[in-house]
Amino acid sequence: MTTDPVLEVRDLVTTFPAESGRAAVVDGISLRIAPREVLALVGESGCGKSVTALSILRLVPKPGRVESGRITLAGRDVRALPVSEMRAVRGAVAAMIFQEPMTSLNPVQAVGAQVVEAIRLHEKVSAAAARARCVELFGRVGIPDADARFESYPHQLSGGLKQRVMIAMALSMQPKLLIADEPTTALDVTIQAQILDLLREIRDRFGTAILLISHNLGVVNELADRIAVMYAGQVAEEGTREDLLANPRHPYTQRLLASIPSRTRRGEPLAEIPGVVPSPGEWPAGCRFTTRCHRAFEPCAENVPCATQISDTHRAYCHAVAREEEGAT
Amino acid sequence: MEAHVVSNTVVVGLVAGVLYTARVVRRSRFWSDAIRELGRRRPIALAAIAFYVALGLADSVAWLDRGAEGIAAHTPRSLVDRLFPADFQERSYSAPLAFEEFYGGAGLRFPGQHWLGTDILGRDVLHMALKGARVALLLGGLTSLIVIPLALLFGMSAGYFGGRIDDAVFFAISTLSSIPTLLLLIALIVALGRGPVQVCFAMGVTGWVSFARVIRGETLKLRELDYVAAARALGASEARILLRHILPNLMHLVVITFVLLFSGMVLTEAVLAFLGIGLDGSWGQMIDQARDELARDPIIFWNLAAASVALFGLILSVNFVGDAIRDILDPRTVRENV
Repeated sequence: MTTDPVLEVRDLVTTFPAESGRAAVVDGISLRIAPREVLALVGESGCGKSVTALSILRLVPKPGRVESGRITLAGRDVRALPVSEMRAVRGAVAAMIFQEPMTSLNPVQAVGAQVVEAIRLHEKVSAAAARARCVELFGRVGIPDADARFESYPHQLSGGLKQRVMIAMALSMQPKLLIADEPTTALDVTIQAQILDLLREIRDRFGTAILLISHNLGVVNELADRIAVMYAGQVAEEGTREDLLANPRHPYTQRLLASIPSRTRRGEPLAEIPGVVPSPGEWPAGCRFTTRCHRAFEPCAENVPCATQISDTHRAYCHAVAREEEGAT
Repeated sequence: MEAHVVSNTVVVGLVAGVLYTARVVRRSRFWSDAIRELGRRRPIALAAIAFYVALGLADSVAWLDRGAEGIAAHTPRSLVDRLFPADFQERSYSAPLAFEEFYGGAGLRFPGQHWLGTDILGRDVLHMALKGARVALLLGGLTSLIVIPLALLFGMSAGYFGGRIDDAVFFAISTLSSIPTLLLLIALIVALGRGPVQVCFAMGVTGWVSFARVIRGETLKLRELDYVAAARALGASEARILLRHILPNLMHLVVITFVLLFSGMVLTEAVLAFLGIGLDGSWGQMIDQARDELARDPIIFWNLAAASVALFGLILSVNFVGDAIRDILDPRTVRENV
């Protein structure tokens, strides 16, 4: 790809204090998102998806901290920016929408005022102009009766509407990158589909790149161009949507896909992945999925797997996949 | 500037402030709903408070009489004073509505006109009790005005920034709260003097501690909420987050604490007056001066009773209203109403 990526993350390590020293919750993640591209970060709870997103905006809550790695956001080196410039980047270059629309809006402020605040944080415009922009944004994100909704308080809006307000707020500065942290998890299914449509429309109309964080493969299938599967702070497998969903190679991806309820396997017990993600600090020395992997063999527990290139766009970090690929060539 | 001019100016400022607040409140649905609900739940207590406030304000508007002679020419009389005759004084005790003095039976200058009798110096008890409202309101209001900003400043910065700042604030809180409040108060008043501002300042300095602790705890909770994280992700600065997102969400606590502080402070002043370092003209002082009369036979009760009832009425209605405010502003009940 010739265009400059909107976001490039190289070997990001983010640590939190643990019983023995600091545990890397995100351990060597590398990502690349081109303009107009939707990259989905997929994984179970506790695998470091959200911390990755927060690291990009330098919002990792204390006592966590970004230990090493390079984050380039629209040409800026995020880790080297002074605090004030970082503040200008947040919202204007990269904006974030959160999982919980119910609590992501200030309960004692009218929603319009909150969007106006977001606009005026970055641009010196009059209150009236900001209000006009807000109403326009509300219309654009599909809030009916936008003018009246300007005065509404969060508790007067449904979850779906609140998420639309959040999206309007995030879009107010036309950011180049939208980080959507589980944007539909708290919403019911019909609203989920509407929000996904909205995100897709935003991507198409404004060329916004989206980093979609989700544990819901259905959502990912709807929206993502490329998918990175995360496990225990590392990328396990990445590739285009077709690569991963049609031809999953990493045992973790395979089992994630197998655990989705499917009409063709009606009546059969649902496959599950035994156990839970081990907590940071208890990760195996080699491949981190070893303890739960049905295909683990002797190098897995000791050696960290290298990337195995399956195609130009598709690679997996797995000893078993490496062996298969060697056998094939 | 003369005291009564200052007082008149303050009253004008207060009335303007109240009118402005009323306008803001009417524009905010949340607050106007809350106030309507308050009126529905506690009409009598609200009316009582309104009466006390009206008394206090009326007693704060004073002017000199033109053409008066002697001391009267230099003594401004307030609206409340003007409800009574100019020189409304006897020589000593008289019972309510009595026609002669309590001891000796000499005739009164204003027979049958002292509804609540007179005290040892012959002053009208009703007049003094009415004037006590201003002192109580001044004390409670001024002290709260000192306490609330102090507590907000320290509590919010400790809760929000944590770390060193939190340690420093908590050191101050622990130190202040390990000194017996009354001792500290006495020491401060002795050091600063006994004027109303000094006494209020002393009570403010000793009173912010517990409120700051509450604010700190609430800020700790709010700091972690998603909308604070969202504001940060949109590029809001720390100051903006504190002022726009944390402070407004602490307002219900501020309102409730204001009410509780208010009654607490008025009561504390009564204790101080008992120790002889209260404010001049307060109900506490009246009670203190009436203390010895209880031992007389026949008992002289009216000045003690008047001050106590006036004090009790104010505190009771403030507490009733405070209780109702707490119910109304509780987020759970607010949501039920919507």
